[in-house]
Amino acid sequence: MELAVAGLTVRFGAVAALDRVDLEVASGERRALIGPNGAGKTTLLNVIAGELRPAAGSVRLGKRDATSLPPWRRARLGLGRTFQRSTLFGQLTVAENVALAVRARVHSSWRFWPDGERLVGEEVKRRLETAGLPHLAGRRVATLGHGEQRILELELALTGAPSALLLDEPMAGLSGVERQAALNRLLALPRDVTLVIVEHDLDAVFAIAERISVLDHGVKIADGTPEAVRADPRVQEAYLGAV
Amino acid sequence: MISRGWRTRHVGGAKTLVTAGINPAFTVTLGKVHVVIGNTLQLIVNGLAFGGLVFLLAAGLSIIFGLMDVLNLAHGSFYMIGAYTAYTVVMATHNFWLALLAAPVVLALIGALLELVFFRRLYRHGHLTQVLMTFGFTLVFVDLIRSRFGPTTRSIPPPPGLDGAVNFLGATFSSYSLFVLGMAIVIGALLVAGWRVSRLGMVLRAGVADKEMAGLLGIDLPRVFTLTFAFGAALAGLAGVIAAPEFAIYPGMDANVLILALVVVVIGGLGSIEGALLGAAVIGLGYVVGSTIFPQFAIGLIFAVMAAVLVVRPSGLLGRRS
Amino acid sequence: MIPGRFPSRLVFLVCLALALSSIPLWAPRFWIYIATQALIFAIFAMSLDLLVGYAGLPSLGHAAFYGVGAYACALLAIGHVDGLLPLLLVGAVAGGLAALPIGALSLRTSGIYFLMLTLAFGQMLWGLAVNWTSLTRGTDGLIGIPRPTLPGLDAFNMSLYERGPFFVLCLLVAIAVFVFLESLARSPFGKTLEGIRENDRRMRALGFPIFRYRLVAFVVAGTVAGISGSLAAMSNGFATPDLLYWTVSGLGLIAVVVGGSRSLVGPLLGAFVVLFAQLGLSTYVDRWELVLGALFIVFVLFLPRGLVGLVRRA
Repeated sequence: MELAVAGLTVRFGAVAALDRVDLEVASGERRALIGPNGAGKTTLLNVIAGELRPAAGSVRLGKRDATSLPPWRRARLGLGRTFQRSTLFGQLTVAENVALAVRARVHSSWRFWPDGERLVGEEVKRRLETAGLPHLAGRRVATLGHGEQRILELELALTGAPSALLLDEPMAGLSGVERQAALNRLLALPRDVTLVIVEHDLDAVFAIAERISVLDHGVKIADGTPEAVRADPRVQEAYLGAV
Repeated sequence: MISRGWRTRHVGGAKTLVTAGINPAFTVTLGKVHVVIGNTLQLIVNGLAFGGLVFLLAAGLSIIFGLMDVLNLAHGSFYMIGAYTAYTVVMATHNFWLALLAAPVVLALIGALLELVFFRRLYRHGHLTQVLMTFGFTLVFVDLIRSRFGPTTRSIPPPPGLDGAVNFLGATFSSYSLFVLGMAIVIGALLVAGWRVSRLGMVLRAGVADKEMAGLLGIDLPRVFTLTFAFGAALAGLAGVIAAPEFAIYPGMDANVLILALVVVVIGGLGSIEGALLGAAVIGLGYVVGSTIFPQFAIGLIFAVMAAVLVVRPSGLLGRRS
Repeated sequence: MIPGRFPSRLVFLVCLALALSSIPLWAPRFWIYIATQALIFAIFAMSLDLLVGYAGLPSLGHAAFYGVGAYACALLAIGHVDGLLPLLLVGAVAGGLAALPIGALSLRTSGIYFLMLTLAFGQMLWGLAVNWTSLTRGTDGLIGIPRPTLPGLDAFNMSLYERGPFFVLCLLVAIAVFVFLESLARSPFGKTLEGIRENDRRMRALGFPIFRYRLVAFVVAGTVAGISGSLAAMSNGFATPDLLYWTVSGLGLIAVVVGGSRSLVGPLLGAFVVLFAQLGLSTYVDRWELVLGALFIVFVLFLPRGLVGLVRRA
């Protein structure tokens, strides 16, 4: 699914967190969104996901104008996302977390009687295997380590078989081994899934991204192939300050 | 399921709010709408006086919620204690003005004590916990009052000098209503000025806008909280004293008046004094005028307005929090 | 829910049900009356827990549906409808119908605003009950509500006017409500509701229209509250506006919190605590509000998981 935003402006009080940002991501593309802290990257993701209403501009998901759609409708259109800080169901077990996501996919959430939920159970098992978490199935999420939570966070987003995925700093806080596993997971995603990754880990960015967009103070300052962006003086200035 | 105690309390309460118990000076003849200027003025004055009273109560509630994020359902109890303090003092000394001074002091002490010992623990809990705990306190206070004073309704007369009537533009106004209105305006003005101009006001406003920042800036939040709570309680106590000569004094009087204060706070906006003034004026006028023209629906209409504001603009007309 | 393996919980519940059903056999009359009132209130509290504990929607206007159910039942019973089922059903339907518009509007907000909005709507309905005198007779209320006849009881020369049979009726309804709500909580719908309570942001991102789920929960809770209202009307023989007053919702919250929210046994226990304090204590001690208020404060501060939480720790 393709993603596009045009003329996006978001204001918090007098501050413009995003200022007439344009972005076009082709279907299946791997796009990285980078920029110094406070550039507006997460804000942009939040607008695409529908949590934030822009002051101006539009959001397009696939062929549809999604600007006024609530987050859940965008998710139904095939948009998945992860959050910068793991947004999980802390008091529930890992299996129950995944089950919630599976029920959305399997459309079984409107049953009012206790169901054996065999289908859901099988799918949960499958997903836990894929993610490498079956040994944690019965553990309460709040007791998991940071890396394990990030894995679960990604898994929840993938459960819905999204056609476009927004990832907010998936590598943040991961150890070397965990980081490599996460990278492999992302690289192994089906080619028809559009990927927009916000990341600070530039090595991961260059490993995954086909194109990179750079934000600084709410403005898009560069947009192109990794090599072009790496060489762009404006980008260097944004990260390092004026030389 | 409801025991007799509750039933009489609330049947009585309903009557108090809807018809009796409100001094005849406030109610206007039902069923007839007078076009004469004098009577319209009387309606307005009565409405604003009533609103003024509710404002005193709502102001404290609004500040406490705006700053400390605590919805204090025991605020009505402070009002009740203020009224009973007035009763005690007046019975003992026959001096209303002494009561006017005593009640806020008593309530400030009670408020500070409560904050230090109990409410302090609530700040990190959610709103439900606070609401529940303050609701628990309303039960405790009602019981304490009833065991000390008994369940019968008490009253005190307006102080000499304010127990007469004044003629103006062809209508009669009770001196006491004018006094209530005057007090509300003066205190309202002082509060608004204090809020806007004084250093403490600045601190409080900063706290309302961003608690974390205010703490980071070195403002001693715990002490400010205690003072604020005490101040809010004192205002409620003052409202109780002022209300005492006009309204019935009985152990259940807190429930009805709290609701009205909540409505005002919601309409005006949590944390805004000007909002409380505006809301109280609207409610006071609305209620008195409504009781004249369509008494059946006056009280329902008030809640309908509250509901409408909450749905359309939850932060209230002048509120800052979202 | 009491944890532990499934069988031990079931055993506990069965023992509880048996113990309760034996009450008419040995308890003094007044205590049967208290237990009946406690069961009716327990149904109300369980429905409130569906909102508070399971859906995460604390409400101060729940008594409105209880009162609406009571008035509906009253009007029908006074209008010479004699069947038990219609009387219970009309309360349920009335509660549900009232909950639909109120929920649809209130659920547009959340947290403290939702709390206040439910309070406002509850008070509006109270005001309606007070002022729509042609229907409700205002503060005098509707009196002389007859209890339905049950042909089965007639055969044994008993009637619902006797404390024993009426207690058993309330117990059966309470058990039915318990089983219904319990299975709802365990169902996929219930699990989804739980997810919404735990992290609604994530649920939205997963594609759930959480407003719809919450509304269904709200209406179901209102329906069950309406059933308890019907029983209350039959039990008291009258229906007055104070059934809808916000302090009744407050008492319901006390029952839920003291007993332990997010379990159905909790509100049941809590309801008994509240009623015993209100009616039972007052025979010995006229200070039930002080006791209940103080107890409540202690629980909120130190035992937020309620009585059920105490069991869990042990």
